[in-house]
Amino acid sequence: MAVDNKVVEQVAHLARVQISADSVADYATDMSGVLELAAQMDQVDTSSVEPMAHPTHAVQRLRDDVVDEVNQRDAFQAIAPSVENGYYLVPPVIE
Amino acid sequence: MQWETVIGLEIHAQLATRSKIFSASSTQYGAEPNTQANAVDLGMPGVLPVLNREAVHMAIKFALATDAEIGKHNVFARKNYFYPDLPKGYQISQMSLPIVGTGTVTVELDDGEIKEVGLTRAHLEEDAGKSVHEEFHDATGVDLNRAGTPLLEIVSEPDMRSAKEAVAYARKIHSLVRYIEICDGNMQEGSFRCDANVSIRPVGQEELGTRSEIKNVNSFRFLERAINFEVERQIDILEGGGEVVQETRLYDADNDETRSMRSKEEANDYRYFPDPDLLPVQIEDELIESLRSGMPELPDVRRKRFIADFELSEYDAGVMTADRRTADYFETVLDKSGASAKLACSWISGELFSRLNKDGVELVDSPVDAARFSGLVARIHDNTISGKIGKDILDKMWAGDDDVDAIIDKEGLRQISDTSEIEKMIDDVIAANPDQLAEYRSGKDKLLAYFVGQVMKASRGKANPGQLNKLLQEKLKA
Repeated sequence: MAVDNKVVEQVAHLARVQISADSVADYATDMSGVLELAAQMDQVDTSSVEPMAHPTHAVQRLRDDVVDEVNQRDAFQAIAPSVENGYYLVPPVIE
Repeated sequence: MQWETVIGLEIHAQLATRSKIFSASSTQYGAEPNTQANAVDLGMPGVLPVLNREAVHMAIKFALATDAEIGKHNVFARKNYFYPDLPKGYQISQMSLPIVGTGTVTVELDDGEIKEVGLTRAHLEEDAGKSVHEEFHDATGVDLNRAGTPLLEIVSEPDMRSAKEAVAYARKIHSLVRYIEICDGNMQEGSFRCDANVSIRPVGQEELGTRSEIKNVNSFRFLERAINFEVERQIDILEGGGEVVQETRLYDADNDETRSMRSKEEANDYRYFPDPDLLPVQIEDELIESLRSGMPELPDVRRKRFIADFELSEYDAGVMTADRRTADYFETVLDKSGASAKLACSWISGELFSRLNKDGVELVDSPVDAARFSGLVARIHDNTISGKIGKDILDKMWAGDDDVDAIIDKEGLRQISDTSEIEKMIDDVIAANPDQLAEYRSGKDKLLAYFVGQVMKASRGKANPGQLNKLLQEKLKA
């Protein structure tokens, strides 16, 4: 399952990662290598193995439904690039 | 060509927890922007989500209410996409191992037909924040108070064949989640949102047509209109020789149309994978059984019981069980007043509901609670007061704290059911109206109403109307 340049560009776009045009081919080679490894592992018969969601065999501990947070908006917004009237501002996203 | 419509719904129900699904921030609606968004909700580095027990319990209750499978081993996954109201760059959701599996919902259509709609699954996930586009110049404002609010996404099978069926199903889910008190169902505030997957196919064809997804419709009326518009649009395309594009569309209520929202080249590829920050959730049988034993009687069961035990009509039983608080209120009034179900129901659906509507108040906040209302209905039932005086007394109870008996005593409103007292008033009225009496006796039957009115007036509205009518007719004949 070889990864071509188009797939590299598409994945880069999905992850919002900027890659230079001359490194696309290298990524394609590297990613193909990773997928080849996965394909190799795929040949192992795992039909009797439960899919693993987490490497430890612990289960999730649950929290009581209690509100114990105080408002720290000022502290959080002090490090934000742009805020107004309590909102975080971002470049316009209207399509 | 004859077309068949195929609809599946995805409903996002905000779970009515106090705190968020993975953090201890408040979920209260309407706070100042970003005052309820903590480090976890903001996706700060180094934070860890910790799952809210109540959200898990609520999802299990939904499974119990819909006879659905419970995912005893369920797993959270990351759904990756970029949008400013999603600070982490992924939404914590569930993919291959959801907390609720397949189930069934029985829907009653307007014409009385019963339809079974399959549930594919329901899973827990966190809500995103809110983007505000209008208020800022050349910028979008982001409010993350809603980020991390627990959602139960309820996914149906494509089992619905018309907009009306889709609305009936959505209403059913809406009533159910409120009944089991896992969601407040407030559609204006976005607590209950519907996405509709709509496609059409030639009648008789097995294979599904290409669907479009209509997002975030926030009323049942709009849901029906949006689906109907979408069906017409797809028929026009196919009959004009075109092809329906799989896409997300937004319903525009002002123009009553759907519009393309995301184009195809931005194809969704969410790259789900199990969230390493969260361990698998294990649900023990003891927990399920303890939640099962705490489940309220479900609306369908209760409606049938109201019809069978109280002899309410199908319609009245439907109104009295539309939500749990109404049904509880009704049963309290019935129990405490000793009145018939019909009397209790008509006073609740008539006088009580009209006053609540007028004041824009929910039943829980009613100025007259079930206990005080029972007192009123009891006095009407035992003929202490007439229905007409009952309405005046309800107005006074509405405005103050007095109960019905205090008002009756204070204002001397007790109904007069003493025959001799009523007879005396009748005699006085007849004596004072010799001309009308003569006319009545010569055949002007209509004058009966005049005499009833005069005696009522003399009694200041307190004469028992049944007795008054009977006695008056006897006396006028004599």
